[in-house]
Amino acid sequence: MTQISETLVREVVKEILAKMAADTGGTAAAAPKQPAAQTTYQVSDMILREIGEAKPGTSPNEVVIAVAPAFGDKLKKRTITGIPHAAVLREIMAGIEEEGLKPRVIKVYHTSDLAFIGKRGAELSGSGIAVAIQSRGTTLIHQKDLLPLQNLELFPQAPVITLEMYRQIGRNAARYAKGDSPSPVPQVNDQMARPKYQAIAAVFHIRETQFVDPNKKPVELEVTFQ
Amino acid sequence: MAKRQKRFEVLDARDVNKDGFVTEWPEVGLIAMGSPNDPKPSIKVVNGVITEMDGKKREEFDFNEIFIANYAINTAIAEEMMAIPSVEIARKIVDINVPRAEVARIFSGLTPAKIAEVMDELNIVEMMIGIQKMRARRTPGNQAHVTNLQDNPVLMAADAAEAAYYGFDEIETTVAVFNYGPMNALALLVGGQVGRPGILSQDALEEATELSLGLRGLTAYAETVSVYGTEKVFIDGDDTPWSKAFLASAYASRGLKMRFTSGTGSEVQMAYAEGKSMLYLEIKCVMITKGAGVQGLQNGSISCIGVPGGVPGGIRAVVAENLVTTCLDLEVASGNDQTFSHSPIRRTARLMGQFLPGTDFIFSGYSAVPNYDNMFAGSNFDSDDYDDYLVLQRDLKVDGGLRPVREEEVIQVRNKAARAIQAVFEELGLPRITDEEVEAATYAYNSQDMPPRDKVQDTKAAQDMMKRGVTGVDVVKALAKRGFRDVAEAVLNIQKQRVSGDYLQTSAVLDRNFNVVAAINDLNDYQGPGTGYRLQGERWKQIADIRHAMRPEDI
Repeated sequence: MTQISETLVREVVKEILAKMAADTGGTAAAAPKQPAAQTTYQVSDMILREIGEAKPGTSPNEVVIAVAPAFGDKLKKRTITGIPHAAVLREIMAGIEEEGLKPRVIKVYHTSDLAFIGKRGAELSGSGIAVAIQSRGTTLIHQKDLLPLQNLELFPQAPVITLEMYRQIGRNAARYAKGDSPSPVPQVNDQMARPKYQAIAAVFHIRETQFVDPNKKPVELEVTFQ
Repeated sequence: MAKRQKRFEVLDARDVNKDGFVTEWPEVGLIAMGSPNDPKPSIKVVNGVITEMDGKKREEFDFNEIFIANYAINTAIAEEMMAIPSVEIARKIVDINVPRAEVARIFSGLTPAKIAEVMDELNIVEMMIGIQKMRARRTPGNQAHVTNLQDNPVLMAADAAEAAYYGFDEIETTVAVFNYGPMNALALLVGGQVGRPGILSQDALEEATELSLGLRGLTAYAETVSVYGTEKVFIDGDDTPWSKAFLASAYASRGLKMRFTSGTGSEVQMAYAEGKSMLYLEIKCVMITKGAGVQGLQNGSISCIGVPGGVPGGIRAVVAENLVTTCLDLEVASGNDQTFSHSPIRRTARLMGQFLPGTDFIFSGYSAVPNYDNMFAGSNFDSDDYDDYLVLQRDLKVDGGLRPVREEEVIQVRNKAARAIQAVFEELGLPRITDEEVEAATYAYNSQDMPPRDKVQDTKAAQDMMKRGVTGVDVVKALAKRGFRDVAEAVLNIQKQRVSGDYLQTSAVLDRNFNVVAAINDLNDYQGPGTGYRLQGERWKQIADIRHAMRPEDI
């Protein structure tokens, strides 16, 4: 946990410095374009090894994390706000493990549509629950008996999802898998996310969609954090 | 850079640089107009059937193209109209000596690629001149959003009354929590008729629920029926042009006004733009609307505004899509309804394309509540901007659809609306509204000023309203019984529109005496100076009379 404190301290110091500059200078340093990109993360990279076709799970103790085609090894391996995919994946896995369940990571290639990634993941999950995530960071929790466009929880605004929220998403997914009805993860609604991110999010999604292979089946991933 | 130039540091901190901009990427359709992949215009008609359109043979048409070829193009004159050079058609749009009807006739024979080519001949000022001439209704109008974060019905009724009092022709609500739908529709209906008899109200919800509320007389029109420019995006939404046309006829069959919704950027946002420009795909949407026989369209990018807003020339393309809608002789509710920029300068500039020429509804919706309470994710202008907007009307002598109001009058209409909805709730057996709530709603800035309500009880009651089959007539009875005779009469008059059907005409709104004002009796006859809509007389005096102008006798 010491590392988390260090990150926190860095954040706080950065904020204070920025505020001081604003108070004294009138020429405050501009907000960096991708603030998260300059933060230090516990893990910033990982190796994803494909270990064959993903088979339907049998253990009711597993929660599938289904990632989109470019997640983890393409598109600079970062979300729309610059958070490393490795850090995101680690938090979701940790959240699931905290609840005593086992995460299983698969990659979906036949679609980049979050709803369908989630639905497929849930069908392959032993517990019937899956977390789906796109490279830009958009996330949802799916359940195998729901229609594709339904979900248990949807986090449509990637720019406002923090690492702590990713951990809570993992935790909630595990709770659904155990048959609980957890309170949904609280969300921030930022109306100005549209002017700031909508065009960039579109580019992100198009780039991810270019890695779609309609004929390729989901694959099992072995994850090694670095 | 090791050392930063100080002016650039200041520039980087400006609001406009919080907005997201991207470069063009034509191969995937991230381009506003004129993609190298847009088809070249062409047409072949054999025995009244279009056998070739924009370089494609009929066998190769996708379902959008089949729909457009079958229903949206006048095949009798298509070959003749397609033969007119694009630049000449563009000139006719701008030429005051060419009447609106002639341009509309030419457009009825054009293909999507041809219309895109015509638009690319026009600069932004020419497009605005075009909208001034081509919009269907002579008198411009405006629409408001009325929502709140808590789905508080008392506040919603008061806010609806205030919006109506400011002069909006239509008010639109939606929900924060889905189950509140019927109760929000009710609050909007009652509040709106208190503020200004004849205002039309709608509740944007999932399509089946929205239709059901309309059939019950709790709303007066609908617009949340979306169409898309590529087959793939349509299919993703489990729809086709035919299913949307079917829904449109369901509204028409019960005498309810409705329009479709579309906008540039939706296809590329879904990553299936097929390399075509945003405007070319949007023109297909406008033509699908025309082909479905629907009287009007809400466009101007709408919820995708950040996408055209992020590329070069994007806001010009947004004005172009509004213009195309008017040239195809449809009503246009022209956008400006979503948070668009961090920069007030940019927000205002984006508005001018519709505000200066005037459209049927300049905003489709102006947020009549603070954006904090706007459940459509915020609008380009909100209630904090009212006085800026009123001054813009006065400075430029432009009728933007609103009028200056006095504080004491607003307090009065808000209070009456809150009391009216209190009475209706009691008569209909809905959860009680206290006098304290009425008082709070009268003076509120936003939903944080309202005492909390029991939401479980409210949503249950809202669903129960649907089960019990509460209709507009029950609302009329409740109001009349409790002494709100004028409001009862207004709600009854709204119900009557469904029987007469006159407000199904293009661009129809109702005046305060429930006379229909539409393209049929108020047709835009603009043909240069001295013609068309002129802001003058009593209306100009009203707009000029803002609250804070000092008179000679004040000094």
